[in-house]
Amino acid sequence: MNLLGRLDWNAIPLHEPIIMGATVFMVLIVAVVFGFITMKGAWLYLWREWITTVDHKRIGVMYIILALVMMLRGFSDAIMMRAQQAVAAGGAQGYLPPEHFDQIFSAHGTIMIFFMAMPFVVGLMNFVVPLQLGIRDVAFPTLNSVSFWLTASGALLINVSLAIGEFSKAGWTGYAPLSGLQFSPGVGVDYYLWSLQISGLGTLLAGVNFVTTILKMRAPGMSLMRMPVFCWTALATNLLIVAAFPILTAALAMLLLDRYLDFHFFTLDAGGNQMLYVNLFWVWGHPEVYILILPVFGVFSEVIATFSRKPLFGYRSMVAATMAICVLSFLVWLHHFFTMGASAAVNGFFGVMTMIIAVPTGVKVFNWLFTMYGGRVRFSVPVLWAIGFMVTFVIGGMTGVLMAVPPADFQLHNSVFLIAHFHNVIIGGVVFGVMAGYNYWFPKAFGFRLDERWGKVSFWCWFTGFYLAFMPLYLLGLMGMTRRMQHYDNPAWQPWLVVALIGTVIIMAGIACQVVQLVVSIRNREKLRVSDDPWNARTLEWATTSPPPPWNFAFQPVVAGLDAYWSSKQRGRAKEDKPGLAPDYAPIEMPKNSATGFVTAFFAVVIGFALIWHIWWLASVGAFGAFLTLIAFAFRRHSEFEVTAEQIARFERAHQAGVAA
Amino acid sequence: MNIAVAIDTVPQNALPSASEAGPVPKRIVVAYGFWIFLLSDIIMFAALFASYAVLVRATAGGPSGAQLFNQGTVAIETACLLISSYTCGLMSLAINSRNRLGTYLGALITFALGATFLTLELREFAEMIARGATPQRSAFLSAFFTLVGCHGLHVALGLIWLVVMMVQVAVMGFVATVQRRLLCFSLFWHALDIVWVGVFTVVYLMGVSL
Repeated sequence: MNLLGRLDWNAIPLHEPIIMGATVFMVLIVAVVFGFITMKGAWLYLWREWITTVDHKRIGVMYIILALVMMLRGFSDAIMMRAQQAVAAGGAQGYLPPEHFDQIFSAHGTIMIFFMAMPFVVGLMNFVVPLQLGIRDVAFPTLNSVSFWLTASGALLINVSLAIGEFSKAGWTGYAPLSGLQFSPGVGVDYYLWSLQISGLGTLLAGVNFVTTILKMRAPGMSLMRMPVFCWTALATNLLIVAAFPILTAALAMLLLDRYLDFHFFTLDAGGNQMLYVNLFWVWGHPEVYILILPVFGVFSEVIATFSRKPLFGYRSMVAATMAICVLSFLVWLHHFFTMGASAAVNGFFGVMTMIIAVPTGVKVFNWLFTMYGGRVRFSVPVLWAIGFMVTFVIGGMTGVLMAVPPADFQLHNSVFLIAHFHNVIIGGVVFGVMAGYNYWFPKAFGFRLDERWGKVSFWCWFTGFYLAFMPLYLLGLMGMTRRMQHYDNPAWQPWLVVALIGTVIIMAGIACQVVQLVVSIRNREKLRVSDDPWNARTLEWATTSPPPPWNFAFQPVVAGLDAYWSSKQRGRAKEDKPGLAPDYAPIEMPKNSATGFVTAFFAVVIGFALIWHIWWLASVGAFGAFLTLIAFAFRRHSEFEVTAEQIARFERAHQAGVAA
Repeated sequence: MNIAVAIDTVPQNALPSASEAGPVPKRIVVAYGFWIFLLSDIIMFAALFASYAVLVRATAGGPSGAQLFNQGTVAIETACLLISSYTCGLMSLAINSRNRLGTYLGALITFALGATFLTLELREFAEMIARGATPQRSAFLSAFFTLVGCHGLHVALGLIWLVVMMVQVAVMGFVATVQRRLLCFSLFWHALDIVWVGVFTVVYLMGVSL
């Protein structure tokens, strides 16, 4: 009788004090949050206003909250690894046993890529893109909610793996055959696979949604070449999502078939081909890098133009560079494994393509510099992140070009030099970028800005902490240290690893400052309240109120050129010139809230958990539930409601009164 | 009418270019979005095709395609699917003229042809498994069952979708949402045909020569 499949009490790692400590801590936090919500009597509010919302702005905010929470989880993994490597020299074993250390680096990579960086950039796109395009919502609002909740489901499953069972020990890339049944018989890889499949579906649907939104729903007058650069980069990213994520889905599905049904795609016997997995993984994996970095290139373009009070230098070349990267990103994947043993011609081709892709990126860096040149730059928090990015990212880019040379890569492959390189571009690029975006758009989302002083302290901690934490890894890589070592014999490495730990502690201080910044800003929100356009910005999202109403714009904006809001400010807004005249608002059709996303995601968690533990009946129940949810949605009679002209007028009057006071 | 006047008035009254025209009607948004989704689905098939191509000779001493494939059955399967695309097109015409009977008839024939295709495919699978050519036998057979089975799974989901849509036509009538979904269904069905042409060529036609 095994109603619960492989699941029993042994699944809970009671004998591992560190894991149990983390589990208890996690459960306590959840209990405190739930208790707080109950105390405030906010469950119904949460359900109506957030959980079932289809408003792109709220979904964007929820994506970013998810990303920030998962950043704390992923960072605690990071600091545990740094602490382990700082002490585990010579004969010492440190405090983390190998099987736990392996889970930590696998979880760190998986969480930071899929559940921190991805939700953060998707969240920013969700919040900003429809506002910049001057429209009321994305093309498929309910689907947007489904996307978010599927991503959250994947994150939930990964966190469940901490308490029930184990996580993968095969690294965030899950290379076969190590991730196959033969070498990873436990549930760890299954947690990895199902959480990525579920969240990957969510990401794919988000990609479809945004490509459609950007190509088919722009405000009247906004031709493609009048779109803000952030929308261009969002378009490129979502095209990449649509073109790349299905390949990951297929690769992981084949690995699942190997593990569940004894297929032989990647096994060592019966003709399986392990390098097939590695190729498929990186055909997705390299575009994924650009999926993450392109939107933050867009963020920097907006931030630098706004705070330099100049139009972006070389708009057309910026667009061309973005789309060039979009295409080229599919032609470089093999540089992740030059050591596979392909011929010199193959390695040479991918090496050259990798160097070529640095060219459009260089174009972008020069465009930002020329935008700042001669501008009146205000050194606000977003600008600090942007300048920190330019310095750091260029260094990371150059080490990347270095490794694009196949003979050099043979030396550096799998060393911590590589670790230093990709943290150099991902922290120095993606993290700095999303932080710039977070500080830049926060006042638009909530009507008050974030505290400047704590923001600056946080930036400097992150910036110095990053250099201390990762520059030593370049040296260690050149000294021959490979990645993913639980302990090592060479005592010469230890001082550098201690420096890296100190750097990580300084980054932790930076994260703490960000938490303080958020708390302080919320407490002082009345003092920090801002107008609709606090930065004197250029694009349409600043034309509406802060925070914007659910319908975004009382009137459909009509666009006549680039930097639509800036030029309308230059002309002087006609509406404000005639205060006596009551504007003639028209009613607006809005999509109704829907529980479809949340309920579908609930069943996705049930299916994922049941499949991980081989509880087949429960998986069938989950699949049937998901099917019924779709049917219920399909038979819904009314999917839209009307916001009356009177409601819009009332909102606008209240807002005008607020501004006047 | 004076020609000169007509020419003068044209530029002022000209519509803005498509790129500047503002949000398009919902019908186009839905079809376009679904079309993008289908492209992503085709990319997933592309990954499966690539894997099949890599593993096609990895028979591990087991049977190869030439020994297993029955061209006659595959020809009938192909005919079923291609004709069902035609009847699906007839159904679309009936929907456009709001002809319920025609819609049901088109759907019924499409369903029957799809179900026949699926039955033949499952019978082919069952025969192969009975001869010991299971997906567990070799990497080639793993890739074969995954690629062809994934297409079959799509057809099965399409059949369920078609049934649900007919219930929707019966219950809700030809309202705008139902019409849009039927449009998406026909896009889906035709896309499955395109994938099948690939399967037919790469797996079955090229398979006999290996």
